[in-house]
Amino acid sequence: MPESVTILDANAIQRALTRIAHEIAERNENSAEVVLVGIPAGGVPLAERLGKILSEIWKQPVPVGSLDVSMHRDDLDRRAAPKIYPTEIPFDVNGKTVVLVDDVLFSGRTIRAALDALNDFGRPKKIQLAVLIDRGHRELPIKADFVGKNVPTAPDEKIIVRENEVILERK
Amino acid sequence: MVWTKKHLLDIESLTAEEIVTVLDTARAFKAVGERAIKKVPALRGKTVVNLFVEPSTRTRISFELAEQRLSADIINFAADASSFKKGETLKDTAKNLEALNADFIVIRHSASGAPHFLSRVLNSHVINAGDGAHEHPTQALLDAFTIREHKEKISGLNVTILGDILYSRVARSNIWALTKLGAKVTLCGPSTLVPKTFEQMGCRVTYDVDEAIRDADIIHLLRIQHERQRKTMFPSINEYTQLFGLDKARLAKTKPDALIMHPGPINRGVEIDSEIADCDRSLILEQVTNGLAVRMAVLFLLNGGKGPQEIA
Repeated sequence: MPESVTILDANAIQRALTRIAHEIAERNENSAEVVLVGIPAGGVPLAERLGKILSEIWKQPVPVGSLDVSMHRDDLDRRAAPKIYPTEIPFDVNGKTVVLVDDVLFSGRTIRAALDALNDFGRPKKIQLAVLIDRGHRELPIKADFVGKNVPTAPDEKIIVRENEVILERK
Repeated sequence: MVWTKKHLLDIESLTAEEIVTVLDTARAFKAVGERAIKKVPALRGKTVVNLFVEPSTRTRISFELAEQRLSADIINFAADASSFKKGETLKDTAKNLEALNADFIVIRHSASGAPHFLSRVLNSHVINAGDGAHEHPTQALLDAFTIREHKEKISGLNVTILGDILYSRVARSNIWALTKLGAKVTLCGPSTLVPKTFEQMGCRVTYDVDEAIRDADIIHLLRIQHERQRKTMFPSINEYTQLFGLDKARLAKTKPDALIMHPGPINRGVEIDSEIADCDRSLILEQVTNGLAVRMAVLFLLNGGKGPQEIA
């Protein structure tokens, strides 16, 4: 039986997202330039929640999109073909500050694929990265700009992010 | 679901769930075709051989563009310029192509079972682009994709396939795909070209065109394949048009939302009236657009390795 530990409960997730939203607002003075892009599946609901908090802070709507990165992964012939989620970027990314949003930052390979995939939609002025959990074990020189919680993990442990809780599963 | 098949040889061996996975994946690739940059790096560094031993234009260019949009390297191998004329066997030709490190072989062949044979002797992924009168799986998948875009779900639909069924791999693949997805399939055409034995595949056979199309949601027309007929199977083209061609008078007696499909190339004025081919109930050109997305999806799914589907 794997042992499960709750790392964040519903309140803690909401507090982490509120803090990240304030950090995004502090870092980006020109609010009109900021758009959020969630990486499916886990990053999309988080991007929507962050978008809602940011619109309240800035008193203006913040565009939110989703970007599937499956077609740009570097491990496609080492794994069964991934499920592809919809990509919806209903705004122009050219000249914008795109904040990529994902649930868990691990090897960094998903983010590398996301940077590549985003390139097909235009040339943002800046790209920043927000993650709810940074669990370490990076395989690429990638670092998040905004982190909800740093969680030291062993490589074979699993992080499960749900709407109301984040769980660490030990083998 | 997790895709585990290495080859796409036919629809007969696919489950309904596998067919739906291809269609869902194709939807994502259709969206890629609507972007400013229509190319993705999913098959970068992979080599695809298009081995078209039987001539083909639309299927070949559709596969070629699908492969290019996935960033694969491509070798086109056409029958007329090939070594088959010098007496090399199919197996030797394919082995030679594999020796160039081909990852995929897309084969069109006049002999039924040629792709299955290659899948047994090669390590590459094999995709059937049409084998004799046996199957044409990507055509059936793009047809199902096109139907699903217009009718939301295929289960329960009445689909009538009209024309030369006997010599048609498109018909066979479509019958497998549509019946697996729960559609009710009716076959119609000259009795010499629509033998009753097709009822064993789970469809209905009738020789009364007006009855066959009266309740149809989809009317699927097939071309008379002169090149496959060893002898004349009906008295004349004119008589075929009179008895089985889809014209305005006949279309008027169908359901108003019945849609018309055709795998191409169409023979205007033979199996389909010219105006009907261009009317807003005709999905013929959408089928071509969707073919590209479906072939990208098939290449993408087959390219997957043996590992788990989800990697953090």
